[in-house]
Amino acid sequence: MVGRTKRLGRVFLYSAVAAVCLAIVTPYAWLVISSVSYRVDLTSVPLKWLPKSLNLENYRQILGGSSTSEVNASLKTGLFNSLVIASSSTLFCLLAGSLAAYVFSRLHFRGKNTVFSFILLTQFMPMIVLIIPIYIIMSRLGLLNTIPALVIADCSFILPLVIWLMRSYFESIPRDLEEMARIDGCSRFGTIFRIIMPLATPGLAASGIFAFIIAWNEFFSALILSSTLRSKTISVIISEFSSKVGVDYVAMAAAGVVASLPPVILALVFQKYIVQGLTAGAVKG
Amino acid sequence: MAQNKSGSRLFEREGFLAFLLLAPALVVILGVLVFPMISSLGLSFTDLKLTNPKSGAFIGLGNYRAALREPIFWASMGRTGIFAVSTVLIETFLGVLIAMLLNQKFVGRGFVRGLVILPWALPYVVNGIMWKWIFDANYGAFNALLTQLHIMGSYRIWLGEPATAMLLVILANIWKETPVAIILVLAALQSIPEELYEAAAIDGARRLRCFFRITLPLLKPIVLSLIVIKTIWALKEFDLIYIITKGGPANGTNMFSYYIYQNTFEFLKFGYGSALAYLLTLLAIAMSVFYMKSLKGGLNVES
Repeated sequence: MVGRTKRLGRVFLYSAVAAVCLAIVTPYAWLVISSVSYRVDLTSVPLKWLPKSLNLENYRQILGGSSTSEVNASLKTGLFNSLVIASSSTLFCLLAGSLAAYVFSRLHFRGKNTVFSFILLTQFMPMIVLIIPIYIIMSRLGLLNTIPALVIADCSFILPLVIWLMRSYFESIPRDLEEMARIDGCSRFGTIFRIIMPLATPGLAASGIFAFIIAWNEFFSALILSSTLRSKTISVIISEFSSKVGVDYVAMAAAGVVASLPPVILALVFQKYIVQGLTAGAVKG
Repeated sequence: MAQNKSGSRLFEREGFLAFLLLAPALVVILGVLVFPMISSLGLSFTDLKLTNPKSGAFIGLGNYRAALREPIFWASMGRTGIFAVSTVLIETFLGVLIAMLLNQKFVGRGFVRGLVILPWALPYVVNGIMWKWIFDANYGAFNALLTQLHIMGSYRIWLGEPATAMLLVILANIWKETPVAIILVLAALQSIPEELYEAAAIDGARRLRCFFRITLPLLKPIVLSLIVIKTIWALKEFDLIYIITKGGPANGTNMFSYYIYQNTFEFLKFGYGSALAYLLTLLAIAMSVFYMKSLKGGLNVES
């Protein structure tokens, strides 16, 4: 009797896990299958679920050397823009943010806690309230449709995030190490750059990957600040697919898969960092 | 030499060092957070329209009054409320349920826990086109599946009716954001010491009783945080609506953030848009203050 309930329990457990996996994978799998199908198969009724032969033409055009279609050429530019924008904002925020986080973790000055709480509170600001003045400023400075404008806008949410994540990382580094270095005659600057920052490398990597994914996926400010191909990110270019009539579904799916590969691969490989980032960022923040 | 020495002594002063290290971050925060916040508050008291170069005069609370009198504003607020309540409740409930499932011992647990991150990592725009494609009226997989299983006689235009379009946006949001809830609840579950359950088992407590007496009270702080954080996210939801429905059909999915976007960047009413954005901000700030407060309470419970 006990064995039977136990066995039933196992069956239930594994079916539930399978259901969760299916719910997660199926929609994305369909996007991937669509991206390597031929248009004829996808638009047939009744639908043929699996393509008889693979169509890799769109991947070849987006990732490879020459693209015959204008759409795929613009996707290539978008991919490049996304890469430049996400990595520059991540690198800048890691540098500025980790220094600031060090201050919030180790140094004392009046009003420190107020400043820190304020920075955290800004994370809840809706981007739309910030983007209206940012749009006006950028247009006055002639920076609309440029990559720097998008990098600057991204900093408004990545910097607070990095400060928060790095501060909790610094908190986990024992203070004695710095004190010992100071006794050995190391200057304050020396301690920060020779002792603390090297020790904080795993924290920097975790925050960097987390920030990069969020910057890569950002859509709203990129949509507002770029109306020419010069600074459009991959997300903005894909969004234009969705409003076109008679869209090439295969090309759209391929573009979607390509755009999702960097964040998805990073997240799956560094899942430990993502879990850390999400829990630190949301639980305590 | 002497100058050098006094210079290095200056660096040793904590306040100065703190200022120096904070400077790059502060410049950015002042530039992209503080200044825009103040500036859009200012704009919200003007009638600035980008189409009219003579506009921009101070009109006091005029925009706010106009917004609150606008039926479309209240309609979009209502839809935002429906969207927020349904996504937050369903995602939190599913999050707790699936996290408890993934906290059991089974073969391939590490793999499944990793897989859960996939929807979170997917760009919002890709999530949008993915669901739009699945529910496509002419060639969508959902129509194909239901007709091939003989549940439905013919293809339906899912995005053609306000109610089904809203359901679709809610579904797309649930698929994308439940993983955050799962990950957070799972982390909280793992921090519950095993001894608590062992002690309860010795006392002869049943599983269900353990859940209500041990697990649920210990999950309370994280569930509370989730509800508040997700409500704020739901208020800000824009990407999915822009990609899937553009607020349609018949404004059926036109929620607050999209309504602000339309007024500001389509009708170019920057003053009015700023006022609307500020109303959203006030709502978000109220939520986050409540969040901080409830979190403090939560931490007290833990310690």
